[in-house]
Amino acid sequence: MTSVLVRDVSLNFGSVEVLKSLNLDVPEGEFLVLLGPSGCGKSTLLNCVAGLLDVSAGQIFIKGKNVTWEEPKDRGIGMVFQSYALYPQMTVKGNLSFGLKNAGVPKDEIEKRIARTAEILQIGPLLERKPSQLSGGQRQRVAIGRALVRDVDVFLFDEPLSNLDAKLRSELRVEIKRLHQRLANTMIYVTHDQIEAMTLADRIAVMKGGVIQQLDAPQAIYNRPVNRFVAGFLGSPAMNFIDGEVGTGPAFKTGSISVPLDRYTFDGADSHTGPAVLGIRPEHISFGDAAKSAPFSQQVQVELVEPMGSDTLVWTKFGGHNLSFRVEAEKPLNVGDQVLIGFDPARASIFDTAAGNRI
Amino acid sequence: MADTTLDPSAIAASEPYGPRPRAVFSPRNIFLYGTLIVVAVYYLLPLYVMVVTSLKGMPEIRLGNIFSPPMEITFEPWVKAWATACTGLNCDGLSRGFWNSVRITVPSVILSIAIASVNGYALANWRFKGADIFFTILIVGAFIPYQVMIYPIVIMLREIGLYGNLWGLVIVHSIFGMPILTLLFRNYFTSVPEELFKAARVDGAGFWAIYLKIMLPMSLPIFVVAIILQVTGIWNDFLFGVVYTRPDTYPMTVQLNNIVNSVQGVKEYNVNMAATILTGLVPLIVYFVSGKLFVRGIAAGAVKG
Amino acid sequence: MSETDTKRPSQLFRNLSAKIASVPMILTAVFVFVGGTAWTIFYSFTNSKLLPRLNFVGIDQYERLWAAPRWQVAIENLAIYGVFSLVFSLVIGFLLAAMLDQKIRFEDTFRTIFLYPFALSFIVTGLVWQWLLNPDFGVQAVVRSLGWTGFDFNPLYNAQIVIYGILIAALWQGTGLIMCLMLAGLRGIDEDIWKAARVDGIPTWKTYLFIIIPMMRPVFITTLVIIAAGIVKVYDLVVAQTSGGPGIASEVPAKYVYDYMFHAQNLGQGFAASTMMLVTVIIVVVPWAYLEFGRRQRG
Repeated sequence: MTSVLVRDVSLNFGSVEVLKSLNLDVPEGEFLVLLGPSGCGKSTLLNCVAGLLDVSAGQIFIKGKNVTWEEPKDRGIGMVFQSYALYPQMTVKGNLSFGLKNAGVPKDEIEKRIARTAEILQIGPLLERKPSQLSGGQRQRVAIGRALVRDVDVFLFDEPLSNLDAKLRSELRVEIKRLHQRLANTMIYVTHDQIEAMTLADRIAVMKGGVIQQLDAPQAIYNRPVNRFVAGFLGSPAMNFIDGEVGTGPAFKTGSISVPLDRYTFDGADSHTGPAVLGIRPEHISFGDAAKSAPFSQQVQVELVEPMGSDTLVWTKFGGHNLSFRVEAEKPLNVGDQVLIGFDPARASIFDTAAGNRI
Repeated sequence: MADTTLDPSAIAASEPYGPRPRAVFSPRNIFLYGTLIVVAVYYLLPLYVMVVTSLKGMPEIRLGNIFSPPMEITFEPWVKAWATACTGLNCDGLSRGFWNSVRITVPSVILSIAIASVNGYALANWRFKGADIFFTILIVGAFIPYQVMIYPIVIMLREIGLYGNLWGLVIVHSIFGMPILTLLFRNYFTSVPEELFKAARVDGAGFWAIYLKIMLPMSLPIFVVAIILQVTGIWNDFLFGVVYTRPDTYPMTVQLNNIVNSVQGVKEYNVNMAATILTGLVPLIVYFVSGKLFVRGIAAGAVKG
Repeated sequence: MSETDTKRPSQLFRNLSAKIASVPMILTAVFVFVGGTAWTIFYSFTNSKLLPRLNFVGIDQYERLWAAPRWQVAIENLAIYGVFSLVFSLVIGFLLAAMLDQKIRFEDTFRTIFLYPFALSFIVTGLVWQWLLNPDFGVQAVVRSLGWTGFDFNPLYNAQIVIYGILIAALWQGTGLIMCLMLAGLRGIDEDIWKAARVDGIPTWKTYLFIIIPMMRPVFITTLVIIAAGIVKVYDLVVAQTSGGPGIASEVPAKYVYDYMFHAQNLGQGFAASTMMLVTVIIVVVPWAYLEFGRRQRG
């Protein structure tokens, strides 16, 4: 059953098109992540779903009900903000209950919901404190609690972890995932952090310029990005892009190197020739003995070594272009070493140079 | 996305669709704009009355009402206010006060800003031991009523032979402009990235070279804010003018007050209003020309109280 | 550091340019602000007349001051004027700011109109309102000519209410500034707070009352101090609008000081009165400074 449905939604600020005729269908219980660089319209879209921004055209349905003109409070949503947006002069309990009191929820019901929320988020001991007496992580928990007490079907998260330091962020990330498993509510989560997106999402919508570039499961987006933007935005260290062209064979040619593409699955029609970009993730490149058995292998010279602790990133030249690959940290590699690398062209992505689309 | 449970064509046809319908004449808008317009009229009325009165002849003022527009426009009150209105001491109108005010304002603005900007720069980037103590005194001193310090300054100026002299008043304005201006510049220079300052020092530039070649060129907006603050503040001053100058060097505000509130002769309200507008003209022009910078200036100036 | 120090000629000449640049500040701080204030307080215990003389009379000047009807009127006026201008400029300033914060059209125009009187001097303000409140030609005369012949609004010539006439002019001149400060405060509020309140379904007025205004406490306090400091200094406005009249009905402390120092040739009285003004300011500013800066240092 569809939980949130966004239908042909556009939004213009003056002459600037922030959202361009967007469609999105979120099934009930799904954790959907809107991912993209700043200014891509992901937060704007979330605000439209919440009813905090008026759409210029199109419609929004929540639980089958057309809520395009509804006030946020009547949409059956709860929202968590990046800056927590806790009411600073009220206690945690006051923050949780203010909206409910205002909606005329009976007192004992309020108490019940607060108790349940406090139990779920383990903020029971904090109820009488003011936000200024809480740590960043605790504040964000209270902010999540404020969405929780509303007892709604859909939760909206607007970059909730961006103000936290790296350690807290990964802790709360796990907690949000746990929360979703326990409550099984629909959640729409905006972030620019690809790791958050990969770890949390059932599906990711990668956005750019007010348009959803790709909407799919995290692994699908990671392995088969639809265009060069999506390919470059996801993955760290970033995907290697090698300029060249697709010739007959089919094969990808760059400099003096030719990569056979008979194992590669082309999108749609099979006869693509002309300028193209080959994308290959550093972790999909094997080296040494493993490379010998790879469908494609090539001798390269080590130019730079970046040890990263758990593994090491090695930079070389490939057909005149920079290329990085990952090796285990223990492998002793030095600048100037000649090594054999290899990869399976089936795991690569090939993009049209001009349009950037996957071919 | 294709597995929508709702029929797309049915959705597209049905309302609600697009932005929420908003009535232009909702009760909220009527109340909001109604109140704002009434208040705006109230704020504009004195200016309007000033202008209308100054363009009427005295007979019309005696007969008519202050809000009615002039039946016959006359510029005579303006001429008289500028050139021949009497203060009880002399009869050469506001022109004398105007030029006195120019002679006071220009050097005061330049001197006060020069002192305060260099000082703020020293406080921000070249801190020396004890500087903060004097700065604290300066800021706290901004809250001391001027009346407490008026007389000691009279004595000091008399000692150095500047009492009653325009330059004496220039010094007074520089002194009392110092707390707010120094704060303004110090805060601004502190916000300049320190790396820039360090890089210049590594390149061998000294105190004055860094000030003139790096800080000054990149601080023009704050200088404009300071100029706005000082021009309006000094032009509008009355207390220092009346205390530290003599009748022949009175600034425009003092001259204006003496013309309007002089007890001799028949009250000529049109001349009075023309004189009032003339005196208010300089700060008003500064205000309307500078726009948002003025707001910044007064927000900074307000800190001084 | 100590190594390089030994090479330098003297501690005093280190950073010499900065010290030279700070000479005016040091002179002002030491001689005018500290020295001048101390001098005035010191001489307020003398019976200086035309010239300052070191003839101590204890607290004579203060006793005479508080016994003087003119000073009592001045203090009473300052209290009335102070309380009302505090309340009204805060309330009006905030309401105007809140209205301008509703994403309205022509915001800049309205702001420009509300603020322009602040560009004008108190002298100009006082003279305009003197004219508007003129009983024979101003508002009273106009309303009477419209048919309400019994209409009575003559604050400038009625000793009972003259201070309110000055208050009207002062509010006209100053509320624009308060509005600007409040507007800056409102704009400084995290937009997510508004969003959160909307999601919670809190009506706008409740959001202002229970969330925004409590959040703006520092802005209110700072504004309060700014207004208060301005109140104590009120002088030019009274001089221009009423010259302290009718009689002594609109006298204020600052005017008392000036008149005794420069007209009545009774410096001692002037010094005592100005010292009392200083005390008033201290009563207002010290608790604020303690709250504002004392807490920050510890926090």
